[in-house]
Amino acid sequence: MPLHTDRAFEEQLGQLRTAVLEMGGLVEEQIGQAVRALTQRDEALAHATIERDHTVNRFDVEIDDLSLKLLALRQPAARDLRLITTTLKITTDLERIGDMATHIAERAIELAAEVPIKPYIDIPRMADVARDMLRRSLDAFVREDTELALSVCLADDTIDQLHEQLFRELLSYMVENPATVSRAMRLLFVSKYLERVGDHATNIAEMVIFMVKGRSIRHMDKLPREL
Amino acid sequence: MLDPGLTRIHPPAAATDAPIKIAVRDLVVHYGGTCALEAVSLDIPAHRVTALIGPSGCGKSTFLRCLNRMNDHIPGARVTGQVTIDGDPIYGSEVDPVVLRRRVGMVFQKSNPFPKSVFDNVAFGPRVHGERDSLCLREIVERTLRQAALWDEVKDRLDRSALELSGGQQQRLCIARALAVEPEVVLMDEPASALDPIATAKIEELIHELKNAYTIVIVTHNMQQAARVSDLTAYFYLGRLVEFGPTERLFTNPVRPETEDYITGRFG
Repeated sequence: MPLHTDRAFEEQLGQLRTAVLEMGGLVEEQIGQAVRALTQRDEALAHATIERDHTVNRFDVEIDDLSLKLLALRQPAARDLRLITTTLKITTDLERIGDMATHIAERAIELAAEVPIKPYIDIPRMADVARDMLRRSLDAFVREDTELALSVCLADDTIDQLHEQLFRELLSYMVENPATVSRAMRLLFVSKYLERVGDHATNIAEMVIFMVKGRSIRHMDKLPREL
Repeated sequence: MLDPGLTRIHPPAAATDAPIKIAVRDLVVHYGGTCALEAVSLDIPAHRVTALIGPSGCGKSTFLRCLNRMNDHIPGARVTGQVTIDGDPIYGSEVDPVVLRRRVGMVFQKSNPFPKSVFDNVAFGPRVHGERDSLCLREIVERTLRQAALWDEVKDRLDRSALELSGGQQQRLCIARALAVEPEVVLMDEPASALDPIATAKIEELIHELKNAYTIVIVTHNMQQAARVSDLTAYFYLGRLVEFGPTERLFTNPVRPETEDYITGRFG
């Protein structure tokens, strides 16, 4: 792909990509931190995670500003147009992932005050899957790799299954001993938040496929085998 | 980068449900020893705006000028291939270029009103074609000036010199003059490149209106203009037709990497 004849435009598009990646890195770390705060019962870390959300929100606004500016001033076409519109949508998903991290941290603070009902095994596993999906969707964005993006969409089933499994397990705790209900519910929320992170990562991956191929695979009942 | 399934060259008939007005097959143009256009095939649909884009020297103006045999006037120009309008060949010894140009009118980059009154400019074509009835001429002048969205601005000064009009008005006058002989096709070669944004917007609005009655082919260097006014876009490069398709698709998701590079401003 040759560079733009107008180098300033090329630089601005580079800035846009970098900002998305930075924002992505930030929320990925935020999720890791929030889950660590939960498993290690570390309230200070939970508060730090919540505090970080401001930075994420600032990125959201700045990336939107830059995108709008490029749309207005450069009248981009084809792949440039698709990059900028994709960016606008991706940042919304990233911002929502940041919110999920904040919610997990809030639940971590609440749970830190109580005795754990069980060792945390599935939640860190879900967090690993969710972060991996997010990381790969962002790699796919930078490398314009549709195969990688498609693999993220396929991984969404794994995290959905983990959530389902945890739901059944927590339900059995609650049925057995109603005293665990409030703790089990909080854990169930955390599981749901992580499942949502997977959904947002999938959205990002779908947008990457649109960005590269100019074709939308969103809202399809079945994923295409090849692109 | 694109998968093989996508890189096939689009067939000359871009997806459109409109009937074909002008069919071009293997059109080759030489100016002396240089080949300006090599084997271009393209179907121009009726009542649509077809934009021709590409860098200077890509052959888009040459192509446009072939559609009403304006290249006949260029010494050393050699045209081969087939161009038909509603199935009638336009190149052939039996075709009278004057009659052809009545069917296929043209508007140029630089507005070129005759140093005559507004009225006489518009009435010029019909008079050449034998219209003498003054009532009839008056009707034609009013109708075409209205079509060219100029009537309200000039109705009180039809007898004044056309050269007193503003640049944008002169260009719309030239469009009215082209419409006065009731052509079927209107060719426009950079019709708004010398105009300010307001005059440009008026011309573009006019193009939208005109396609109900005419088939329009426009050459423009302004890609945003092509995107705004046309239904179909053809991208020319080095005398070849690189891609032809619905404007909407061409500007969001072109098939050919060369098109992509050009419309996104990557000029190698």
